[in-house]
Amino acid sequence: MMRLRRYWPVAASALAVIVLQAALSLTGATYYMTQITMSAYYALVVIGLCLLMGYAGQASLGHAGFFAIGGYTVAYMTTVNLLAYHDTGLIRALHWLGLVVQWRNLYGAEVLSFSPWPAFLAALVLTGLIAFLIGLPVIRLKGHYLAMATLGFGLIVYRVVLGTKGLGQADGLSNVPPFHLIPGLEVNGRSSFRIENYYIAWVTVLVAMVLAINLVNSRVGRALRSIHQSEEAAHSLGVNTYRYKLAVFVLSALFAAVGGALMTHYNGSIGPSEATVMKSVRYVAIVAVGGMANLWGAMLAAVLLNFLSLRGVFGTYDDAVFGAILILIMLFAPQGLLRVPKWHAVAALGRASSRALHKVVRGRTTYGGRPHG
Amino acid sequence: MNFPLIVQYGLSGITVGSIYAIVAVGFNIIYSTTGIINFAQGEFLIIGAMTAISLYQILPLWLAIALAVIVTTILGGLIEVVFIRPARDASVLRLIVITIGLSILIREAMLHIWDEKVHFLPYFTGTATSTITVFGAHFSPQVLWVLGVSAVIVGGLTIFFRFTLLGRAMRACADDRMAACLCGINDRWMVTLSFMLSAGIGALAGCVISPVTQTQYDMGAPLAIKGFTVAILGGLGNSMAAVVAGLLLGLLEAFVVSQFASAYKEAVAIVVLLLVLVIRPTGLFVRREIGALRAA
Repeated sequence: MMRLRRYWPVAASALAVIVLQAALSLTGATYYMTQITMSAYYALVVIGLCLLMGYAGQASLGHAGFFAIGGYTVAYMTTVNLLAYHDTGLIRALHWLGLVVQWRNLYGAEVLSFSPWPAFLAALVLTGLIAFLIGLPVIRLKGHYLAMATLGFGLIVYRVVLGTKGLGQADGLSNVPPFHLIPGLEVNGRSSFRIENYYIAWVTVLVAMVLAINLVNSRVGRALRSIHQSEEAAHSLGVNTYRYKLAVFVLSALFAAVGGALMTHYNGSIGPSEATVMKSVRYVAIVAVGGMANLWGAMLAAVLLNFLSLRGVFGTYDDAVFGAILILIMLFAPQGLLRVPKWHAVAALGRASSRALHKVVRGRTTYGGRPHG
Repeated sequence: MNFPLIVQYGLSGITVGSIYAIVAVGFNIIYSTTGIINFAQGEFLIIGAMTAISLYQILPLWLAIALAVIVTTILGGLIEVVFIRPARDASVLRLIVITIGLSILIREAMLHIWDEKVHFLPYFTGTATSTITVFGAHFSPQVLWVLGVSAVIVGGLTIFFRFTLLGRAMRACADDRMAACLCGINDRWMVTLSFMLSAGIGALAGCVISPVTQTQYDMGAPLAIKGFTVAILGGLGNSMAAVVAGLLLGLLEAFVVSQFASAYKEAVAIVVLLLVLVIRPTGLFVRREIGALRAA
């Protein structure tokens, strides 16, 4: 019974998605679906970041970097022209395996490049590998140090995509072909594919949500939450904190890479703006609005805020809105806008007890505690 | 590379490095009283320079700079009272996120108050073309202003923290807040004061560097990253070491630019930051055991 209760929001969301599509189609406002689809891909990044920040308590200011690595990998592999090498043994072997395809781009030129599926898998492997190698040293750091280190990683990714000729520098990569998932179903940004892609994006998001919910409610999830509450306590109880933190760091990077790769196929292009620090900060702001350790809140906030931002509702105040959201939420509603009273009380109790424990153990107060209490 | 060229790159490295050092000192002042890193530290330099540039339209240069420093100092205090003080009991994660939000808000506010164009103050003495020649290297007299003002800031702070009652009270607060409170020190105002102080020195640094590097609304974040790198390199809270570390980073950047494409310049600080964080997060100048105690 308990198990099923966990999933009713998935069913409710699926229903809402269908109702929304029907309503948009009836009113003829199907053009909204384009931004909703893009928002759904951004939501994938946020779901991953929510696992890392909300549940494991580790800040990352570099998730736009992972999104960009995923997107740029598929963009590069599906647009790079291997025609000059088509006679070499390697390319012939790839051709025979069906890993490369010959197609005509927008300008009518012949292009021989990797098919989307191998490019997609390569993007996941590459992002996972980079996240693992970066996480290996960085995830040992705490608080400011971790935030600054991930920020530094994000900046390097931005500098690399901005400075590398093969990645299009400031223009980015365009002409990315559609992604044929299975025959008859493709990630394609053309308006005739709008409804199809709306569902592809939402099925991806809901699958990601189910994965995340299962993870959070498993042994791993409990370990992560124990790390968030008190890393020392978790460690002393035999939780291998380092390994869990590294694993969730890589997993959240993979979520971001999936979002980046699918979004790039959907838009047909990707540019350096996807890798900016401001994008990373945005994802953090959205997780905060959702209530940090609240997957549904994060997902809803991601779709809503990105949709409004993509529609241009905030105008020239776009970045300022996200900055203001960060401050207001952190000052007045650190548990997020969607309050779940039961969970609230438990969290407050946990915090109060750990604070009291801290005071007893350390015998001195820091800025984190009440100076006069 | 011949000798004059080495002197040339060395001088430009020291000039930029001394500004990084001032940013790092700003980080340290706030860190030692509150234990948080103020991600909006770089924005203080830009606010100071932009305000001075606007005031210079109607006022003499020295008065414009003095007023800009005062305005930024007050702003720093206001920011602490309005945004940081209410979240005093929050976790480090929450406080970091608040200062990140602040840096974005300040940057966007500057974009709307001024514009996205590059602005600059005039050279304090001489013009953009006047040079001083030393050992065959040419440099602008503004370089002397930058080095002089940085030295005065660091020297002044040292005297302030060591010999004045207020400075000692701030140090006491940083050392042990509870004990300082028992001695009758108002710890909340010490925190506000630390924000005012680091905003003020940031504004002054922003003004002296403006003729050389020019000023744009979004230059705060890169400065903050470099200042943070320097602060970590010297060991958080250690202002004297930050000066040495600042000069080191400035020189390193200057010589990387002399040998490689200037596109790599931005990456130097970040690579240094990541290396120091991973290998020696307590900084270069702290003995390992002491660092471990402090980090705990």
